[in-house]
Amino acid sequence: MRRIISVLMENAPGSLSRIMGVFSQRGYNVDSLCVAPTSDESLSRLTIITQADNKVTEQITKQVNKLIDVLRVVELTDSAHVERELMLIKVATRNEVARSEVKRNVDIFRARILDVTAQHYTIEITGTSDKLTAFSDVMAQCAEITESARTGVCGLSRGDRALRV
Amino acid sequence: MRMMSGAAMVVEALKDVGVTHLFGYPGGAVLDIYDALYAQETIEHVLVRHEQGASHMADGYARATGKTGTVLVTSGPGATNTLTGIATAFMDSIPMVILSGQVPSMHIGEDAFQETDMVGCSRPVVKHSFLVKKATDIPKAIAQAYYIANTGRPGPVVVDLPKDIVNVQDSHPYVFPDDVTMRSYNPTLKGHNKQIKKAVASLLKAKRPVLYVGGGSISCDASDVVTELGEKLGAPVVSTLMGLGAFSSVHKQFIGMLGMHGRLEANKAMHNADCIISLGARFDDRVTNNVDKFCPYADIIHVDIDPASISKIVNAHVPVVGDVKTVVEQILAMLGEHDLSEQENKLSDWWEQINEWRARDCLKYEQGSETIKPQKVIEAVYEHTKGDAYISSDVGQHQMFAALYYPFAKPRRWINSGGLGTMGFGLPAAMGVQFAHPDACSVVITGDGSIQMNIQELSTCLQYNLPVKVISLNNRALGMVRQWQDMNYKGRHSHSYMDSMPDFVKLAEAYGHVGIRVDKLEDLDAAMARCFAEKDRLVFMDIAVDQNEHVYPMQIKYGAMDDMRLSKTERT
Repeated sequence: MRRIISVLMENAPGSLSRIMGVFSQRGYNVDSLCVAPTSDESLSRLTIITQADNKVTEQITKQVNKLIDVLRVVELTDSAHVERELMLIKVATRNEVARSEVKRNVDIFRARILDVTAQHYTIEITGTSDKLTAFSDVMAQCAEITESARTGVCGLSRGDRALRV
Repeated sequence: MRMMSGAAMVVEALKDVGVTHLFGYPGGAVLDIYDALYAQETIEHVLVRHEQGASHMADGYARATGKTGTVLVTSGPGATNTLTGIATAFMDSIPMVILSGQVPSMHIGEDAFQETDMVGCSRPVVKHSFLVKKATDIPKAIAQAYYIANTGRPGPVVVDLPKDIVNVQDSHPYVFPDDVTMRSYNPTLKGHNKQIKKAVASLLKAKRPVLYVGGGSISCDASDVVTELGEKLGAPVVSTLMGLGAFSSVHKQFIGMLGMHGRLEANKAMHNADCIISLGARFDDRVTNNVDKFCPYADIIHVDIDPASISKIVNAHVPVVGDVKTVVEQILAMLGEHDLSEQENKLSDWWEQINEWRARDCLKYEQGSETIKPQKVIEAVYEHTKGDAYISSDVGQHQMFAALYYPFAKPRRWINSGGLGTMGFGLPAAMGVQFAHPDACSVVITGDGSIQMNIQELSTCLQYNLPVKVISLNNRALGMVRQWQDMNYKGRHSHSYMDSMPDFVKLAEAYGHVGIRVDKLEDLDAAMARCFAEKDRLVFMDIAVDQNEHVYPMQIKYGAMDDMRLSKTERT
């Protein structure tokens, strides 16, 4: 089952490698990973997407929580939450048909074209992972995908629940 | 404010955290620290012969005292040589701090001479690690390292010190931190009241309770309260390999070590129990056997300071996060409100059953009149040390024989590598014990395989006059490997025997010690007497024992806890 695990940790050298170490040592998988400092620069927030059953998820959260640098761990999939991922995708649009088809789908998906050249569109799209995948599939049908990059999911709990010190 | 060099700060901070012994080996990256050590007498530095030895000595020292053991090594090979010792300490939750030199900051990442990413190499086997970037950070890093190593679930901590920050030329203000607490690290000591209540209810309801005592009971010095709890409940007590001595092995309620080579009555009691309270044990695979068949009738109360240990292997019905000592005190306080006068009656059937299992005498063996049986040697050691020695052990058959045939009446007397199973651990560990307790009798039970993995430390023993007693059960084979090959590989002894064995007596003598060879049963007693009469010298006893002896009882693979072989021909 797909899980979203959020981690609040010290923004210190080596913290991230310790967390990834727990995953590789104990054989947990990482589908995606999104990490950056929080509004408090001394802290970093990680969002990890993994596939695990209940027992393994419990172990992951406990083992990660055990790390000295880690302040809080929460599994977001447990409760109401919002999640978003961002993708940048570059498509080759060699003719007018492709260009208008891409533009039409960009509008439908509420994506944004960031860069235009004679041969390429570079598009930004934000949403759930599924939406990004769907958009990518559509792009593959109407143009040729040159490259793409996804940030991995980040998420927050709904309402007043929060991950903080 | 005192001004000093980074190297002097390292030494000063070690003094401030109370370090008295430092096990180490100098080298390029730590020459400045060694220079600072030269100028002081508070800390005794022990020059080992191999860095792995240093790590096991610090470990033995820590196990015997509860204090944090300290290691100082240089960068690169010096640091990597300690990894086995660090992993050993990590698996058994032993407090240890490893100070490793590192190449100068500006050369990190350049593949400089003797450069290794020590923080990276050690990451999977440490509780935490520090790469110190500024000299002024040294006192805080060291203070925090000791705080982390010896609080919560103890473990090893690496402090990596680049050479440029410890150089003896620069001078910096030395400030030892008043407060080492960290916002991200707050181990829970006290059990949740609701959980304590549930645990007490479960214990009181039980007709067939068992106390399952593990190493956690020793690391938080909970021996007294665990004993009190056992006695209050009148329940049988079993112990893991790591927990031996937490509850006296000579107590009438003690029914033995459990697990793969546990006593039959211990495993039977576990399997048939209706309530098991685990006190600082972690349901290791060497205990549970097949988890699916593990203790089917029991309510499991799992007390552990590490939440990640709880329900990791076996689902706990009553999880209690906290250190064993505090939690057992809470349980005792709550038990005090109940009338326990019926306990004895209530458990009388249970004890009757247990005594029946006990009567099978699963540790019996036939000595015969010629070849010495390994069990006999352990019994002789027990007799000649009056059961009051510190017994360190290596890994293999001799380790199991020692655990089964030497009853430990006190905690911290049984020093062995349980989790990692590190051959070569015994001798250096026994040396660490001897440094911690100079007047005590420090014995290492070893074998011809294990002893050769760190035998160079015999030289260190001479330098520091350590009168360790080395009891080597020499069966000219890797006994435990051979046993498994006998049992599971049709007796095909692939590379488990040793064709060329050194003359251990001459070897001991070459290192400046006393060597005694024993081949015949009739000589054993006198030789032991001679060995333990040598109070001031190391004695190496090379005892020829039966090569074909197996360790029994032994759990049968994929079975329940109590599915066991009792001898080569008998099973449960």
